[in-house]
Amino acid sequence: MSFVAAERADVLDGAGLTALPEPAGHHRRRRPSGWHLLLLPVALLMIFPFVWLVITSASTLAETRVFPPALPVGFPVTWIENMVHNYSAAWTQAPFGRWALNTTIVTTVVVIGNLVFCSLAGYALARLRFFGRTALFLVILATLMVPFQVVMIPVLLICKQLGIVDTLTALIAPNLVTPFGIFLLRQFFKTLPVEIEEAARIDGATRLGTLVKVLLPSMAAPLATVGIMTMLWSWNDFLWPLIAITSQNHMTLQLGLSSFVGSHTTNWPVLMAGTVMTQVPMLLIFLVAQRWFVQSFASSGVKG
Amino acid sequence: MSARDAAVATQRGRRAGRWDRVLASESTTGWLFVSPAVIVIGLFGVAPIIWSVVLSFQSNDLVTPATWIGLANYKALLHDPMFAASVRRTILYTVLFVPVVTVGALGLAVALNRRLRGMRFYRTAVFAPVVTSTVATAIMFNWLLDPDFGIVNALLVKLGFSAQGFFQSPSQALYCIVVMTVWGWLGFAVIIFLAALQGVPQELMEAAAIDGATRWRAFRRVQLPMLGPATLFLVIWLSINALQLFDEIYVTTRGGPLSATTVVVYYLYQQAFQVFQAGYATAIAYVLFLGILLLTVVQLLIGRRFVHYRS
Repeated sequence: MSFVAAERADVLDGAGLTALPEPAGHHRRRRPSGWHLLLLPVALLMIFPFVWLVITSASTLAETRVFPPALPVGFPVTWIENMVHNYSAAWTQAPFGRWALNTTIVTTVVVIGNLVFCSLAGYALARLRFFGRTALFLVILATLMVPFQVVMIPVLLICKQLGIVDTLTALIAPNLVTPFGIFLLRQFFKTLPVEIEEAARIDGATRLGTLVKVLLPSMAAPLATVGIMTMLWSWNDFLWPLIAITSQNHMTLQLGLSSFVGSHTTNWPVLMAGTVMTQVPMLLIFLVAQRWFVQSFASSGVKG
Repeated sequence: MSARDAAVATQRGRRAGRWDRVLASESTTGWLFVSPAVIVIGLFGVAPIIWSVVLSFQSNDLVTPATWIGLANYKALLHDPMFAASVRRTILYTVLFVPVVTVGALGLAVALNRRLRGMRFYRTAVFAPVVTSTVATAIMFNWLLDPDFGIVNALLVKLGFSAQGFFQSPSQALYCIVVMTVWGWLGFAVIIFLAALQGVPQELMEAAAIDGATRWRAFRRVQLPMLGPATLFLVIWLSINALQLFDEIYVTTRGGPLSATTVVVYYLYQQAFQVFQAGYATAIAYVLFLGILLLTVVQLLIGRRFVHYRS
């Protein structure tokens, strides 16, 4: 490749585009890109904590009390034996199963609630004319700006009044509808052409019918964003469960994990095993649906 | 009533009446649709905001009846050295965290925006920390940076340095928190920047290539200006989150050692749930809110001066 063409290709490469194909007869081996020198160490650094997490969960307690630490002996059989021992120890020493069930229930209900109620509210705020619409939207926006720490004590007191402290309901109810979801969906509805809805209305469809049958199919992307962001946030939430839940059987995975730390400050292999168990669900979903995750984050940033 | 409402009613085979008008009216439907949101956000959003204002004017231990003390909480805050120290630490943390993540993510995004072999692996590796919880991240780094048996110290010793105290050293603990949270947030920022980079119109980059621009020139003149909105969003979003740092502190250092990592929200938590001064804690929360608001406004104003939006 000539020098000029190489430079040109480089600029386009920096934009993720490919240059035009070289004319036949100019076959030179491309040097491996220097970018690997940056990306490979960085990528390895990013995943190293995970790797070390799993390796430690495959160690014996004695092996973690040596300095400097070394890879556990006996790959792979002893590793698997250790893992069986550590993971079952974590499973029996703390109700991880119960915690997983709690978290799954809370997250599922919160995600479904948000998808349904934020869609309804977002659609109404975008398309329906009713008294107080603008004021309502501004109030919802305002609550977005207030940090959680400002309201967490009164919310706790309200939950006390409702008698739901230390129950899953307290984890679900305040998060059933989030201003973030409403804002995102309202903005989305505003971008849809009005003609489709008008046509449906003239054909006699109700508002709800229009929303469900006509608009829902085109809502896949924003719904996925709201769903994924809500799911991730709810699964990993820590501060509110810390305040609202006191009994061990009602804890969520993250809250339970942090309590597990207290009783296992020096039993690293078992602690790591417990940690792996709490992270696997989200990591698995992420690996399978990475594109959806990335898209959700990107679009919420663009709209934000 | 409108012709449309009459048409709808007639289609249903009845004479259009007043009840039909009410039922079919947009207003009713509108309020019906927003009612779940109004209930939840009203009860758990608006009401607590108002209640917390009242709370900040009280002396309240969450158990016995509260007493009204007016502005005493806020006055006490002005003279509280522990609060002032927590503010300093929070600002230090934010000033380190935000630029490192922003600049680092920008570089990474540029590198990840290319067509390279193994790009899928690189991207997955960079994004994965985003889905880990703050608790798990804290546990992982607690172990990595363990002073006695951690692998980081092992590496340092092997390279000839001395073993460090990390989370157990008052002078190093906060910086360890910075490293830990940078690891957790980098992927998110990279995603934002990547999306912005990919939003640069193809024709612009092709024109730059044809005009003979070097790679650096093309980046600086074409791509970088278009990253303005994304950078502004990130700086604001990262700052807001940095000022509210809590989870990682709770799981690693509990505000220690020697209060070295007691940031504002952790101090707030201690006041509310360990010292049982809920009113004082809420006053702290409002001051924090004010600080966040001020900083965001300043950042937006600066942004308006320097950020160019595509027309």
